[in-house]
Amino acid sequence: MRLELGHVQKAFGAAQALADVSLRASAGAVHAVLGENGAGKSTLMKILSGAERADAGELLLDGAPFRPATPEAARRAGVSIVYQEPLFCADLTVRENILLGSEPLRNGLIDAARSRDIARRALEQVGVSRSFGPETPLRQLSPADRQLVSIARALSNDDCKVLILDEPTSALTGADTERLFEIVRKLAARGVTVLYISHFLEEVELIASEYTVLRDGRSVAAGKVADTTRSELVSLMAGRTVTELFPRSERAPGDTALEIRELAGRRLPKSATLTLRRGEVVGIAGLVGSGRTELLRAIYGLDPRRAGQVLVAGTAVAAAPVALAARKVGLLSEDRKGEGLAESLSIAENVTLSGTGQLGPWGLALPATSRSSAARWIAKLGIRCRGPEQRVRALSGGNQQKVALARLLEQDVDVLLLDEPTRGIDVGSRADIYRLIDELAARGKAVLMVSSYLPELISICDRIAVMVRGSLGPARPARALTEHALLLEATG
Amino acid sequence: MGALKDLLKKPWVGPFLALVCVYALFSALTPDTFLRTLNLVTMLRQTAVVAIAAIGMALIIIHGGIDLSVGSTVALTTVVVAKCLQGGASPATAILTALALGALAGALNGALVVGLRITPFIATLGTMSALRGIAKGLADEQKIDAPARGLDNWMAVIPGERLVPYGVWLALGAAVVCALLLGYTRFGRHAVAVGSNELTARLCGVPVARVRLMIYALGGLLAGLAGVLEFSTLTVGDPTDSVGLELEAIAAVVIGGGSLSGGQGSVPGTLIGALLLTVIKAGCTHLGMPNWIQEILTGAIIIVAMTLDRARQSTRD
Repeated sequence: MRLELGHVQKAFGAAQALADVSLRASAGAVHAVLGENGAGKSTLMKILSGAERADAGELLLDGAPFRPATPEAARRAGVSIVYQEPLFCADLTVRENILLGSEPLRNGLIDAARSRDIARRALEQVGVSRSFGPETPLRQLSPADRQLVSIARALSNDDCKVLILDEPTSALTGADTERLFEIVRKLAARGVTVLYISHFLEEVELIASEYTVLRDGRSVAAGKVADTTRSELVSLMAGRTVTELFPRSERAPGDTALEIRELAGRRLPKSATLTLRRGEVVGIAGLVGSGRTELLRAIYGLDPRRAGQVLVAGTAVAAAPVALAARKVGLLSEDRKGEGLAESLSIAENVTLSGTGQLGPWGLALPATSRSSAARWIAKLGIRCRGPEQRVRALSGGNQQKVALARLLEQDVDVLLLDEPTRGIDVGSRADIYRLIDELAARGKAVLMVSSYLPELISICDRIAVMVRGSLGPARPARALTEHALLLEATG
Repeated sequence: MGALKDLLKKPWVGPFLALVCVYALFSALTPDTFLRTLNLVTMLRQTAVVAIAAIGMALIIIHGGIDLSVGSTVALTTVVVAKCLQGGASPATAILTALALGALAGALNGALVVGLRITPFIATLGTMSALRGIAKGLADEQKIDAPARGLDNWMAVIPGERLVPYGVWLALGAAVVCALLLGYTRFGRHAVAVGSNELTARLCGVPVARVRLMIYALGGLLAGLAGVLEFSTLTVGDPTDSVGLELEAIAAVVIGGGSLSGGQGSVPGTLIGALLLTVIKAGCTHLGMPNWIQEILTGAIIIVAMTLDRARQSTRD
């Protein structure tokens, strides 16, 4: 057995993050670690990668006790982690990033020849050769390529025994995901144990051979992926039977809410024409980098428009967020931490942040009013928190996303532009968000949503348009579309 | 109990306790002179100018900016007030001119930051030098003697008649107004939001450019007000006055819980910070300590305050 964990415990203050976790992963296995956000996956990974120390329990690596005190110690022992959002020094080159903290020295100076060699070999292992090299500044790399660099960094340690991948595909397109899977399979064939954390059960079925499910800080189930159905896994993760992941009420599309005519941004999109009606959910599919996010940003005036028009309820609107917010259009950013939320502010402050909200007469903004508004949304959307005064930073991804949505609802927008509304959040929160979107549409709101997760697009949208290299295709009824057809079109 | 707990969570509680400790320390060391009412009043009087400048700085820092031109603006205003009075203008005209000029200088900073997208540090570094130059040019590089026409009264302590000078009340008034503005108005909320995460604010439809411009103008206005009080204290227009005032103002904001990355800070905390700086200075003087010890002590206090604040922050979430 490569990695054996027995009854691992970890508490942060009063909160028991891990109550009792056991896990057994064999050499050369791809072992999926499943669980909703807050189940304890990140804490467990932090313990394995040396960022935190376990309070109690047994940890064995190749049969020997394994208690890394620092990430560096874990790395030397052969356990490396690739984080969901890899931290990187954008001003350094690929090679410098790979070797950061473990630069080979000669006479106190960096041994240039050896460091080039290590970087080259590491990059070869992940099969990178075409788009960038060791001397490319990291700034120039796409998120997908950065992820590969991050994996290369993990592999630059020669005796990498366990590689932890935390939500590795959340920023990747289909083709990049394929490439990643190939690398993972190759590593597993070489005997590396891969701990694979993902919310996407389809991926888990494709890539993992065994799994462990965590719930509320305990390992509640483990087994072979081939012997377990997807719905069993979902139920294990949620701790309840999730009957309706994609609810769908009767929707009656009404007047035109948003019209986009020949819209072009500075670089992307090249051309987009679309009509969105009230009481309708329209999805935009496409590869990462095809211009879907840029389309939403151009509509909302966050990026400049080069050409075209945006009409809200029949009237042209200037390209400025202030103007669109005033016409009751709201945008949910894909970049929750960087843009979507002011993380250092409280839930109450975030929910009522909108420039158009009224929190009292004469331009007053009374804290009590915003607290009670927030309390209402916390109850309505089931946001798990200590109260309206809690800072957003301390919430889980799913709950943060609910806060961001609550802001749009508090603003009482008629048109919602949602960019990857369920990225990186757990199954339970995802179901909540699908239900909310469905409810909003049924109440006559118009929803335009971008997603890379095709099952959700097909299940909750009325119509779907595909973005291909900056050009938006026609929106067609979702019922008639399949994942396969959408993928073909997106890559065409 | 809950109310007390809420109170303890306020960001200015730490600095306040520090102020109490430092005050108690000096009172114990020099009980004969330090505890006198007159000393207390003198300290308040000495704090007024820095406090008003620091309140403006607090607004600017909380909204994610910085203003290095405050000292120059103050010097320029003293010159302008003196010029006006010298030319026969009424005190009211002189004051209004000074305030308008301050606001204009602030708006200029705002315009440079918003319009030309220059980082606040650099933009105000430029205006710091330029405004100082204008003040010197306007004054022919000399102090300007002018008839004070009652303006000198504003900062005067008249024993038996008026113990607390008008200037102190003015500073307190400015603090109350700005604290309410920040905590209880939409504009204030927007300023905090811009400081906390500008992108989010923009996404939410907050008119970011307008908020920035107005905050800088407001900071300039307060610097102008500080300049008027500085003139009252000096009773001359001095283009070389208040060099480094901006650093004292920044120190006051930071001691009071402000963060230079924006989104955090408070007006009460800033006032406490300004008072703390004065108490240290006055206390050292009472103890007969040389100036250089005061400066070392002030530096140490700033760093200790920061360290404690960091520790407090990390236990908060």
